[in-house]
Amino acid sequence: MSFRLQGCQLSCERDGRELFRDLDFDVEGGQILRIEGPNGSGKTSLLKILSGQLHDFDGELRWCDQPLARVRDHYLTNLLYLGHAPGVKAALTPLENLAWYQALAGDAGSEAARLTALERVGLLGFEDVPAAQLSAGQQRRVALARLELTPRPLWVLDEPFTAIDKQGVEALEQRLLAHARRGGSVILTTHHDLTPLGELRRIRLGEGGRHVIQ
Amino acid sequence: MSSSNTLDRPLAIMEPHGGLGVALIATLRRDLTLMLRRRSEVMNPLAFFALVITLFPLGLSPDPELLATVAPGLLWVAALLATLLSLDSLFRADFEDGSLEQLLLAPQPLAAMVLAKVMVHWLLTGLPLALMAPVLGLMLGLPAGSHLILMLALALGSASLSLVGAIGAALTVGLARGGVLLSLLVLPLYIPVLIFGAGAVQAALLGDGVAAHLAILGALLALAVMLAPWAIAAALRISVNG
Repeated sequence: MSFRLQGCQLSCERDGRELFRDLDFDVEGGQILRIEGPNGSGKTSLLKILSGQLHDFDGELRWCDQPLARVRDHYLTNLLYLGHAPGVKAALTPLENLAWYQALAGDAGSEAARLTALERVGLLGFEDVPAAQLSAGQQRRVALARLELTPRPLWVLDEPFTAIDKQGVEALEQRLLAHARRGGSVILTTHHDLTPLGELRRIRLGEGGRHVIQ
Repeated sequence: MSSSNTLDRPLAIMEPHGGLGVALIATLRRDLTLMLRRRSEVMNPLAFFALVITLFPLGLSPDPELLATVAPGLLWVAALLATLLSLDSLFRADFEDGSLEQLLLAPQPLAAMVLAKVMVHWLLTGLPLALMAPVLGLMLGLPAGSHLILMLALALGSASLSLVGAIGAALTVGLARGGVLLSLLVLPLYIPVLIFGAGAVQAALLGDGVAAHLAILGALLALAVMLAPWAIAAALRISVNG
C-alpha cells in the first residue's frame, strides 16, 4: 500500500514575516524531497508544520487523501521526525535512550535490535556510556539510530547531517537512498550537497514568501 | 541477523497498534532513572522543607504549645512551597533536549503520557515530603496521634499539587524565566488543597473528625486526575507551538 503526503496552499507567517505563501507539494513513497533556503527562511517551521507540531498556518495537509487532522494517529504511526535537538537524554545511555523511543511506538522491542541499530551507526562499544560523555556527533548518531530501529515509511529530518563526520555523512546518504528504494520517503533540510543522491525534488524557500519548486 | 534482507524488503504503511501500556511503563522507568541519576534535584525540595521547618522554632518561639498550634499550617505551607520549587524543572529538560517534541509526536495519547510524568514527580517529591513530615512535626511538638493524618493528608494533597502544578509548568516551559509566572498561575489553585490539608491536621489535633477533610482532599484529587492531564497536554501543545 502506497502513501502520499500533500500540502495544499500552505501559507505561514511568523512574527509578522511571511515565510511562504500558497505552497503546493506532494510526496509519495520512494521520493526524497529537499527543502532549501537561507537561514531563517522557514525551513524548520515548514518541517514542524509537516510533522503536525505547528498549527499556526493556512492551507491544508492531507495524508493518504484524507485531512491530516482526521487521521493524525495513523500519520504519527508512520512518521519519524528528527528535529534540531537530537532528543537524546544526556543522563541515559544510548541503549536506554533507544529503548524509550521503541516503547513510545508501542513496542517493547529487544536489546539485540537496539544493539544492531547502534552498530549500524558506528556506536558499538558506546552502548553503555551515558550520552553526556559522548561527543555532539555521537549524540546525533544515537538519534539517527532510530532510523534503523523503528521502520517508519515517512522520515522528516531537520538538518540530519549536523555534527556528523565525513564517513557518517556518506553512510547516512546511502541510508536515505536505501530508504527511498524500499518505497519510503524522506523530507529533509540540509546545507550539504547530497550529490550521491542524484537529482532531488526541491522546494527553495526565499525572501518575502516566494518559493520555487524544482 | 540478516540485515540486508530487512533493508531490501518494501516498507509497508502501518496501522496504529496501541501499545499504550508499554509506552507508559517505559516512560515511568525512564523518568525514575533520570531523577535517581540527578539526586540533587530530588533532594532540593526535601532540604528546603527541612530547613524552613527548622528555622521556625528559632524565629517564632521555642514554646511547644504555641508551636503545636501553628504546626499544621507551617508544615503544609512549607511542603506546598517545596513542591512549587520543584515544578519548574518538570518539563524543562525534555523541552530543551528535544525529547518533549518526540513525546508529542508519539502515536500515543499525550494526556496518558504526561500522567506518567506527573506520577514520577509525585513519587519523588510529594511522597517523600509526606513521609518526612512526621519527623519535622516532632520538632514542632506535634502530638504523635496526628502524625498519621498529617502523612495521609500530605500524600493525598501533594498528588493534587503535582497535577495542578504540572499545568503551570507546561504553560511556562517555553519561557526562559517562567518560575515566577508559574507560581502566580498555580498558587490560587493550590489554596483549596492547603485549606483542607491543614484543616485535616488541625482537626486531628483538636480531636474532631478528620474524615470530611480527607474526603474533600480525595475529591479534589479525583477531579485533578480527571481534568489535569488534558489541560497539561493542551498546554504543552501550545508551548511547543510558540
